[in-house]
Amino acid sequence: MGTYWTAFYVGGLICVFGQLMIDVIKLTPAHVMATLVVIGAVLDGLGLYEPLIKYAGAGATVPITSFGNSLVHGAMLEAERNGIVGIITGIFEVTSAGISSAIIFGFLISLIFKPKG
Amino acid sequence: MKNKVGKQTLKFSNVSILSSSSVVGEMEAQGPLTKEFDELYDDQYMGKDSWEKAELFLLERSLDIAIKKANLSKTDIDYYLAGDLLNQNISAGFSARTLGQPFLGIYGACSTSMEGLTIASTLIEGGFGKYAMAAVSSHNATAERQYRYPTEYGGQKPVTAQYTVTGAGAVIVSTVPSNIKVTYATIGKIQDLGIKNPFDMGSAMAPAAADTIAVHMRDTGRQPSDYDLILTGDLASVGYPIVKELLKRDGIILGTEYNDCGLLIYDRERQQVFAGGSGCASCATVTYGYVMNQLSKKKLNKVLIVATGALLSPVSYMQGESVPCIAHAVAIERKEN
Repeated sequence: MGTYWTAFYVGGLICVFGQLMIDVIKLTPAHVMATLVVIGAVLDGLGLYEPLIKYAGAGATVPITSFGNSLVHGAMLEAERNGIVGIITGIFEVTSAGISSAIIFGFLISLIFKPKG
Repeated sequence: MKNKVGKQTLKFSNVSILSSSSVVGEMEAQGPLTKEFDELYDDQYMGKDSWEKAELFLLERSLDIAIKKANLSKTDIDYYLAGDLLNQNISAGFSARTLGQPFLGIYGACSTSMEGLTIASTLIEGGFGKYAMAAVSSHNATAERQYRYPTEYGGQKPVTAQYTVTGAGAVIVSTVPSNIKVTYATIGKIQDLGIKNPFDMGSAMAPAAADTIAVHMRDTGRQPSDYDLILTGDLASVGYPIVKELLKRDGIILGTEYNDCGLLIYDRERQQVFAGGSGCASCATVTYGYVMNQLSKKKLNKVLIVATGALLSPVSYMQGESVPCIAHAVAIERKEN
């Protein structure tokens, strides 16, 4: 099981990696986000992300890499149940709550607040 | 070719500046030049629904003030030239709709202010009209959305980034004599040293400014010390020393007469503006506010304004293109009639 310490340093290292992509490789924030998602997806494909979550807890689930992990995880679970079509239908199975929340809360907040520039 | 000197410089003998105006937003109002502007606004929206409408409002205010200061009416304006930083130059086009006079929309990114003044002066010198007005605008929030990332996106900015000036400036030139004349304009050539970072426009634009200043001195036979003030548009703390260094290699020494609008308009110690100001309004509000006031008060007699522009688009830099840059210089002098 993860501890506060493992969550802190694993999550922190993922963020350091993101910051280095901005500062050293000069990637745009959009590229950094996409790269981290893809890394998370690849790690889960290799079966490595679940052990990381067990070890670091929120340190691995809060960063955006976890989204890539969830995409692949949902697709693989659904593929086991429904075969090849499950790869398509399962992609958003685990992540649908996150995506729907982003849309719904984004909409609600935009009704209340106005950007200040 | 009696009105051309050297390779790139136009010589004017009958172009006077009748009036100029500058209006700015909150950050500029809090800066060191606050007393030099005609109107100050402390709301990013200027009471409008959107930032684009706020920018248009600023531009229209600058036109009204310039026309009023010259004791003219809108219908006296023979030509209106304007540009801004938004897609399809909408601030300029929409302001021309309100003005209702013959209009030429121009785009030179942040060099547009001096591009407009050059063309307006040419129309007047050529005898094609009596009054020509040139104006530009920029708005921090519209420019951020246009060129970089929307503020809500929360993208990080490096120290080389600049802060787009919220404001607008207008100038009216005429054959009617005044004490302030447009004497020369040097039209720049594109310089592109391969810089691709949209957060480092100072480095990208500095070679263009240096080239135009060098050409201006060569064409007119003048020295930098002949001017009381040489002012680049928006090179800020990154581009400013690069211009000095590049010109030193050409044997042109810029002394204390050299400054930059992007450095003058904000107090970088106190305000979070990174390397300094940028945007069409950086050059326009400082020139049409501060510099014109100094000329009127006889504190300055001969100035060279070098407006610098980075001709990139969001698509071009995302596709990995480098940033072509340009600078146009206009000499403005006080001459008693």
